[in-house]
Amino acid sequence: MPNPIVHFDSVFYTYPGTASPALSDISLDIMPGEYVGVIGLNGAGKTTLGLSVNGVVPSMLGGRREGTIIVGGLDVEDYPVREMAKIVGIVFDNPEFQMSQMTCAEEVALGLENAGIDYETMRRSVSEALNLVGLEGFEERSPLGLSGGQQQRLAIAAVLAMKPQVLIMDEPTSNLDPIGKQEVFGMATTLNQKYGMTVIVIEHEVEVLAEFADRIIVMDGGRIVMNGAPTEIFSRADELQALGLRVPEATALANILGKKGHWKGSVPINTGEAVRSVNALLGVRA
Amino acid sequence: MARRGKHAFPSQIETDLAVKMDGAHYVYPNGQVVALSGVDLEVKKGELLGVIGQNGSGKTTLTKLLNRLLKPTSGTVYVNGLLTTDRTVQEMSAHVGYVFQNPNHQLFARTVKDELEFGPRNIGTPEEEIAQRVAAAVEFFDLAAFIEEHPYRVSFPIRKLVGIASVVTMKPSIIILDEPSTGQDHQTTRIINSLMRRLAEDGTTVICVSHDMPLLAEVVERVIVMRNTEIIADASPREVFADQQLMLTTNLQAPQITNIALETVYPLGGPIALTPEELAADIASRLEKGKR
Repeated sequence: MPNPIVHFDSVFYTYPGTASPALSDISLDIMPGEYVGVIGLNGAGKTTLGLSVNGVVPSMLGGRREGTIIVGGLDVEDYPVREMAKIVGIVFDNPEFQMSQMTCAEEVALGLENAGIDYETMRRSVSEALNLVGLEGFEERSPLGLSGGQQQRLAIAAVLAMKPQVLIMDEPTSNLDPIGKQEVFGMATTLNQKYGMTVIVIEHEVEVLAEFADRIIVMDGGRIVMNGAPTEIFSRADELQALGLRVPEATALANILGKKGHWKGSVPINTGEAVRSVNALLGVRA
Repeated sequence: MARRGKHAFPSQIETDLAVKMDGAHYVYPNGQVVALSGVDLEVKKGELLGVIGQNGSGKTTLTKLLNRLLKPTSGTVYVNGLLTTDRTVQEMSAHVGYVFQNPNHQLFARTVKDELEFGPRNIGTPEEEIAQRVAAAVEFFDLAAFIEEHPYRVSFPIRKLVGIASVVTMKPSIIILDEPSTGQDHQTTRIINSLMRRLAEDGTTVICVSHDMPLLAEVVERVIVMRNTEIIADASPREVFADQQLMLTTNLQAPQITNIALETVYPLGGPIALTPEELAADIASRLEKGKR
């Protein structure tokens, strides 16, 4: 069994000037190539969890951390964020805030330049990264002229150019339209399935996570309160509801029917599974 | 009765409509980009209207014509019977409350409380009434813990609720919500959901621009679909989400539960369900009938 790419052991973290911990007793292993979804109410600690994987918390934001975080074999405490950026890339919900350059190529090259990579390698890496996100040929375009989905993919290309092993997306599509959302999640799935990249996505829309993630982590009050396969997690709808969270509509349907004694077999988490099960129940042939 | 150098439209009309747009056209000042092409739209007072479409389809331009941030290049826009072209932005702000998608674009006061008081005070609401409205908003939006905080010290989702509350306290007869549930968790989305219902019950016209199809499916009575600067559909959420051709051409996605209904009970004469509860009820009644 390979070593986990992300390993948290009894991690506590408190932001400067606050009393209660933002992360509380987090122990977690994520294996290389996993696609993990993180859900929880606002303020549950999801973003802080993401920021602690690359060391921004606490090395840039201060505060007090206890416990051990090992990412890609490195103890995060011993390495500056710029070193961790070669292993972990993070994108947020506001791609336009991450854009600072005149062209897409410069945008993607920024991290490489700062890391002192030579020009030829840099140019190759920039093209590769743009190809990975489906923006080949966009080298000379201005980032500001792109659609929201394209901008977010460019932000992802900029972190991919560093060839990280882990991609963290923090509500990557909350400011995008439905086309942009499909673009970003479709691309992350390709990176995960084709290139084996470990993907961690923080997201409110459970239908999307049920579609793509191998595992769901549920956070509440700075703690991980549930951690398992999407089918297992979403079948515990009452517990999720008590936490103020919801399940995919496909799952909610089965749960309501189950309470009336009308559901047999496994709980669906996506459209296809629900359609097959409902038609079987009703005796409709596909 | 054309006035010199102006248009020939009456400045005010008798109408029961909250919004009446005729051939509203908008071209951005450089003359290159048409943002809205000849839109006709009538919205009744107290109606709950959803506006959907991809970015760039004209949704924001449409709403900005209502609060007079933009004037139509041609065509007319009447809000509460007033021709917006003849009014100031200030005047229209008493009729139309606009909640920005990004609260950072509208918040500026020193505390959350000041922020909530600012709008009603600005339009001359008596102090006693302001205090009542603010107290009601604080309770409804669950903001008691943040009332003395600086709006930029609270988390983004809370700030967004403050942005909504600061418009609600002005009690405009029309409220435009631009992506109110973006970045919000399920709990907060529930608050926004019940807010929209309550506003409509009180007779407020609510226009909600959103990509959140389940929210619209649950709350609004009518959806307009925009594509390439035009309104291409105007119907109930049920009809809109059932139109798979429309969903495909606009690249929009119906709620998951609607898609499940379309592939299961709908061909059997069942409903185009908008919520899991509705679909479950139909399936259960079929199963119970089958047993008898």
